[in-house]
Amino acid sequence: MINELLWPTVTLGGLAIFFGIVLTYASKKFEVKTDPKVEQIRFLLPGANCGACGYAGCDALAESIADGSASVSACPVGGTVLAQKVADIMGVTAENSERMVARVLCNGDKENAKEKYIYQGIEDCKAAEMLAGGSKGCKYGCTGLGTCEKVCPFDAIHVINGVAVVDEDKCTACKKCIEACPKKIIALVPVSKKVRVLCKNIDKGKEVMGVCKVGCIGCRRCVKACEFDAIIFENNLARIDYEKCTNCGAAQRSVPLIQFLMKQNRKSGFCRFF
Amino acid sequence: MKLIIIVLSAIFVNNFVLSRFLGICPFLGVSKKVETALGMGIAVTFVMALASVMTWIVQIAILVPLKIEYMQTIAFILVIAGLVQFVEMVMKKTSPTLYQALGVYLPLITTNCAVLGVAILNIESKFNIMETLLNGIGGALGFTLAIVLFAGIRERMELAPYPKSLEGFPIALITASLLSIAFLGFSGLL
Repeated sequence: MINELLWPTVTLGGLAIFFGIVLTYASKKFEVKTDPKVEQIRFLLPGANCGACGYAGCDALAESIADGSASVSACPVGGTVLAQKVADIMGVTAENSERMVARVLCNGDKENAKEKYIYQGIEDCKAAEMLAGGSKGCKYGCTGLGTCEKVCPFDAIHVINGVAVVDEDKCTACKKCIEACPKKIIALVPVSKKVRVLCKNIDKGKEVMGVCKVGCIGCRRCVKACEFDAIIFENNLARIDYEKCTNCGAAQRSVPLIQFLMKQNRKSGFCRFF
Repeated sequence: MKLIIIVLSAIFVNNFVLSRFLGICPFLGVSKKVETALGMGIAVTFVMALASVMTWIVQIAILVPLKIEYMQTIAFILVIAGLVQFVEMVMKKTSPTLYQALGVYLPLITTNCAVLGVAILNIESKFNIMETLLNGIGGALGFTLAIVLFAGIRERMELAPYPKSLEGFPIALITASLLSIAFLGFSGLL
């Protein structure tokens, strides 16, 4: 009777103690020194392991911040509040960088952009891209099948009337849609800068007009209208230098055919198409 | 010859996930991407090979002489958990690259029933140490095969249109059952 109770207890207890000793020894012997800052930063991070920062998870980001290879404001989810706390641990001041948001540089919705064929395949931009560059006549424009919408972890981008549109309140600039977009038409811009060229077509003006009513035809009137040299013209396409742009809106007033989007302009009718 | 049959049987005929229904948790959980599925598979192979041998030794050297074979399950869990912890520590120190590749998955495998399953099946089948090792590796390769195939299918399913009510786990479970039926085809192999 006593043996039946004793042996199992002794054996299991012995095994447990044996493993306990081995593990304790191993943890001393094989100890890898980690920066205490890693622990502290990791504690502050949201811990959702969403990967929006571009690292494999919150642990990986914490390590990168601690060794200096990532910025203290690298976590897009935590925002400036978190960046401040992390900066305190790291002993630096968080650069008060402006919040960036993604913008889809295409405005060719169903009414404005011509379709060259009717697409009935897999609901995915990359799949459509393989069929002659998508169904839209303009090969630079948004395919509108929502690959960006599917990858967005924050529900911040939606295809509306054939064109993806970013909800700037929800966007955390995680860049997932930028990577997913086969057309490469999504860009990060400072949230306060409201002037934008919603076109990526680098063809000549006549060809652009043939496929899209709201494309940039390269007339350069916006370049002349800008007093701050903030509009750069290259490859038949206007581009805005956001370091110089002051949101003055002169460009919109001068150029009916180049599509700038400014809500107040849409209402006051400066621009023919808004 | 017997050894080859053991490996083939563990991979195809008695596939741990699809025929024995062991290790379903990581099979469903870590199978969204082929890349992570493969990482999980390699980690399982590593742990299963080690765990089969270790548990076999514990069984033969400790449990059988003391006639307490009925303590098998709890003793094996202890051994596997301790082993995984130990391997993780050693790996972290000696091979950071390997740790980065497998580290995330290692703690997940501690309580994986496929690992415990292979250990117990080895004893039940009265394998010797070589057969035990091969059965462990074969079983783990079968797991890897199943999870990678499944992840490949799931990656494609993401893009396919299917009813909203089936989104997520329901469609994954249906896919898994179809895959399991497909593996039934191997049952006449040996």
